[in-house]
Amino acid sequence: MTPEALIASITLFVLSIFLGFELITKVPATLHTPLMSGANAISGISVVGALLGANVAYEGGQTLVSGLLAFVALTLAMINVVGGFAVTNRMLSMIAGKKRGGA
Amino acid sequence: MDAAWMDLGYVLSAALFIFGLKKLGHPRTAPRGNAYGALGMLVAVLTTVGKMGIDGGIEWSLIVAGLVLGGGIGYIMAVRVEMTGMPEMVALFNGFGGAASALVALSETWRWLENSTLMPSAGLELQVAVLAAGLSALVGWVTLTGSLLAMFKLKGGFKLFWAGPWIKTPTWGPSWLNGVKVLLLVAAFGIIGAQLSDPTNTSLLWAILAISCLLGVVLVLPIGGADMPVVVSLLNSLSGIAAAFTGFIIGNSVLIVAGSLVGASGLILTFIMCKAMNRTLSNVLFTSFGGSEKESVTRTKVGSDPDEVAMMIDGAQKVIIVPGYGMAVSQCQHQVKEFADLLADKFDTEVKYAIHPVAGRMPGHMNVLLAEANVPYEQLIEMDEINSEFPDADVALVIGANDTTNPAARGDTGPLAGMPILDVDLARTIVIVKRSLSVGYAGVDNDLFYMDKTMMLFGDGKKMMTDLNNAIKES
Repeated sequence: MTPEALIASITLFVLSIFLGFELITKVPATLHTPLMSGANAISGISVVGALLGANVAYEGGQTLVSGLLAFVALTLAMINVVGGFAVTNRMLSMIAGKKRGGA
Repeated sequence: MDAAWMDLGYVLSAALFIFGLKKLGHPRTAPRGNAYGALGMLVAVLTTVGKMGIDGGIEWSLIVAGLVLGGGIGYIMAVRVEMTGMPEMVALFNGFGGAASALVALSETWRWLENSTLMPSAGLELQVAVLAAGLSALVGWVTLTGSLLAMFKLKGGFKLFWAGPWIKTPTWGPSWLNGVKVLLLVAAFGIIGAQLSDPTNTSLLWAILAISCLLGVVLVLPIGGADMPVVVSLLNSLSGIAAAFTGFIIGNSVLIVAGSLVGASGLILTFIMCKAMNRTLSNVLFTSFGGSEKESVTRTKVGSDPDEVAMMIDGAQKVIIVPGYGMAVSQCQHQVKEFADLLADKFDTEVKYAIHPVAGRMPGHMNVLLAEANVPYEQLIEMDEINSEFPDADVALVIGANDTTNPAARGDTGPLAGMPILDVDLARTIVIVKRSLSVGYAGVDNDLFYMDKTMMLFGDGKKMMTDLNNAIKES
């Protein structure tokens, strides 16, 4: 990482943290569990890093061990992502579905 | 096309995450928010695959296997889980997320170790990569073991060897354990420091893994009961931070953005929960909850039976139901809903539910349980709004809630002092369904139980509510 890239990354990091604080302060308590679950699914974003690592042809030099480690990471991240979004959707469809359905 | 342009896909993905989190905060737009989040993830994955395709070709075997295997397992778990098991599932997924970030860091480091030409050039580049890998491992492994222990604590225990005896998850935290936590953390930072000067030393790599796993266990072990949601929320925040650190290793913007968004949101949620319980984060983390200072119960109260309660409730105009942890444990939300329907049909009673922000095992846990039982969303009223209505209520029915209704919180002393509570004691009559007079997690005796206008129904929530419903039907 060049100094320029590092500074850009740190900028992204800090600004995103501020943005995250602002986004969440206005959420009603009733939605905290779905929100936690949805945010949790987003934290499975390391699926991107796992994809890069599991592609043994990429950039050359991925070894068998590093590829397998990334494969395990990919599997775990996918469980987090797919399971997380699916379960959040289930929770929300109950709450919001009842609301729309009325009586 | 230059592969660098593909990074624009990550910008789209990050924007979708931001919109998603924002929309998740409003009841009407929340399902769309979740869909945006999922779409953002899809865009991120497609962008990555596209980028790899342009850059140097793709070896599909491991990728497809991982995507299909992980996606399949995750989907099956999500559709099969009972709504009451939701908090455990969130904790488990969260642990997997943390482990994934730490494993990506390990995989990346392993690549340099086995093939020294790939090692980042000495100087700043190497220092950043090693530091980020160390921090990602520390936070990621702590998240994994901490979340797994939290999951077993939420479940209450685990079976040894599938068919073996049921072992209760222990809550244990003498004060010297705090010293151990600090020591482990200092040791972890020390090892990361050592890695900076000796980046090819694999024993340091294993040392940090071991220390972090241990730290996660030691961190969660002393925490119990009502504090569990705070810890799960904190671990959720940590799994985001781990992803962000991993982003620094591989120089990927979307990992940094999404990771820190989740890190910040989880932290805010953690503070909101602490505030609602009138505890500070350091209090939760460093004081074993309700350990030795539980008050012993000296007073007694004669229990009532469901028939008496049914007679008293006959013709009530307004009833407020106060659900708590006990409703989740006995899973009696369907009986509670039946009770509300009975009253509405028979006496045209106005029924509302009072939701304390920290009732149950997670914020919003009561909402999810009651939604499962088809309770209309409009009847769930939050604490600040419902408190003014208690004086008008003929009956307040408390089901397995304790600390959140304890008038002792209005005083200046004691563990509960200052915690916002539901003003149940202002209702004309109070009915409490509870196993015994025992104290709640804060370890404080509850004056509410001993008031003259209080009727105690001692027993399991599901059984008591069923009996009460039958008594009302017969009356």
